[in-house]
Amino acid sequence: MSASLPTPLVEMRGISKSFGAVSALRHVSLSVLPGSVVGLVGDNAAGKSTLMKILAGAILPDSGSILIHGRPAVYDNPIGAREAGIEMIYQDFALVPELTVAQNIFLGREQVRRRWGGVRTLDTARMNRRARELFASLGLRVPSVTSPVQALSGGQQQAVAIARATGFEAELVIMDEPTANLGAPAIEKVRQTIEGLREKGVAVILISHRLEDIFAIGDRFVVMKRGEIVANREVGDTCSEEIVAMMVTGRDPRAEGPTA
Amino acid sequence: MFLVLALWIVILSLSSEHFLTATNLLNVARQAAPLIIIGVGMTFVMSTAGIDLSVGSTVALISVLAGSWLSAGLPAFVVLPLLLLVGALLGSLSGWVITLGVPAFVVTLAGLTSIRGLAFVYSDGYATPIVNPVMAWIGRGGILGVNAPFLIAMAVAVLGWFLLNRTRFGLHALATGGREEAARVMGLAINRIKIAVYALTGALAALGGIVISARLSNGSPNAGVMLELEVIAATVLGGTSLFGGRATIAGTVVGALLINFVRNGLNLLGVNPYWVQVVTGIILVLAVLVNTVLSRRVESWARATSEGDEGNAE
Repeated sequence: MSASLPTPLVEMRGISKSFGAVSALRHVSLSVLPGSVVGLVGDNAAGKSTLMKILAGAILPDSGSILIHGRPAVYDNPIGAREAGIEMIYQDFALVPELTVAQNIFLGREQVRRRWGGVRTLDTARMNRRARELFASLGLRVPSVTSPVQALSGGQQQAVAIARATGFEAELVIMDEPTANLGAPAIEKVRQTIEGLREKGVAVILISHRLEDIFAIGDRFVVMKRGEIVANREVGDTCSEEIVAMMVTGRDPRAEGPTA
Repeated sequence: MFLVLALWIVILSLSSEHFLTATNLLNVARQAAPLIIIGVGMTFVMSTAGIDLSVGSTVALISVLAGSWLSAGLPAFVVLPLLLLVGALLGSLSGWVITLGVPAFVVTLAGLTSIRGLAFVYSDGYATPIVNPVMAWIGRGGILGVNAPFLIAMAVAVLGWFLLNRTRFGLHALATGGREEAARVMGLAINRIKIAVYALTGALAALGGIVISARLSNGSPNAGVMLELEVIAATVLGGTSLFGGRATIAGTVVGALLINFVRNGLNLLGVNPYWVQVVTGIILVLAVLVNTVLSRRVESWARATSEGDEGNAE
């Protein structure tokens, strides 16, 4: 290892995971540099979402380790991952429809205050105020932080999910298919959000079927197939034909080419 | 529901001179007390999208245990906490099995039959008279003219309201019922929450059982028959969703009062008491119909409006 290489923000080493007899991930390693945008691609059942849920603390791996800033990260639930600076935006946004916008944003890390000698009560006024500030600073729009999420449109619900993931000093934001089922203006908004995160030095892992999004805003492709990583490519060093071919065959032609 | 209750009270006040008397109102409040107490627990269970069918049987088991332990000479300050503990343990057991993946309906249906079975086994089917000053106060005492059961029910309702609306526990229970997968990936301790709501309901069923036994001065394995259905009716009537995520303690209190005011009013009007059950059933369906249809209308209206706003903003 050369000393000039920066320490990766996040490094996953030898991650394996099986669901019963099905092996979802086989010894997968992945590293992400600070402020970089990684596009994670692969067909269905390639293991992308499982790998990312492990990184986000929602699934525990059978084996393997995660390092953050070169130090082993010890968390076994999403709250631990979030405290370590890793946030995930789920494809279905993972919002509770009946709860308000502010309640969803603070879900699992509510602000409380002690009253009557120790009883911890929710500080709803403070959470509402901070949620409003958050939307203002991110330039996202929602009708009201006190309206229930189920009263919001799809685009507004995504804004809530983005605000929740980016509003708490995250260092890495994972986005699972953020542009699926969105119209052109909303896709542009997501791209702007990712650019904004990169400028702040926040890394992004983007799971997407839309290769053009990754070519437009990404730094690097990571291709997965059947629970393994097939290839790593700089965005400027590849084309969509090559990426698609690797997604389908599960083989990296450059790795095999010279030796064959 | 508040409107329906108010309307019913006005109609009854005009039709019967006995209805709007302090004695009668306090009497209805006392009859509603066990329903309110257990309904508060059911509101928490339903907020997690669960259900507890075993509360009536828990009332019976607690009733026979109260009769037996008190007549054995144990002091009330030992027996009553023990009974609450028994209720909480029975509830935790249900909750734990539910977290293993068995549907709440099945687990608590099993509780409904087996816990009442235990009550009969333990008592051999006989009722035991309860003679105890503390139980006598709970059953017939009061403060400043307000009877003790209703005071206990109000205290439970206020604490329950606080727990549901002002603490992380209440919020997390609602989140679990609203969308469990979202609650899970946000890191909420779903299994702990589920066990806790059933434990709470078990303890409150025990408290309801104590109040009922004190009122009847009797520990009976036949106490609380069909009570679970009445508690569920009161909770749903109040506006708590059977599917989780939406729950109201005030609504449950009103639902419990409404059921008892309907019964009381029809009695005063001289209606055959069997009709009371028919009317209660009809009111339940109408109330839920109005609730769901109205809330669906409001939701689609809200969504249409907010999408219109977004369209303008783009």
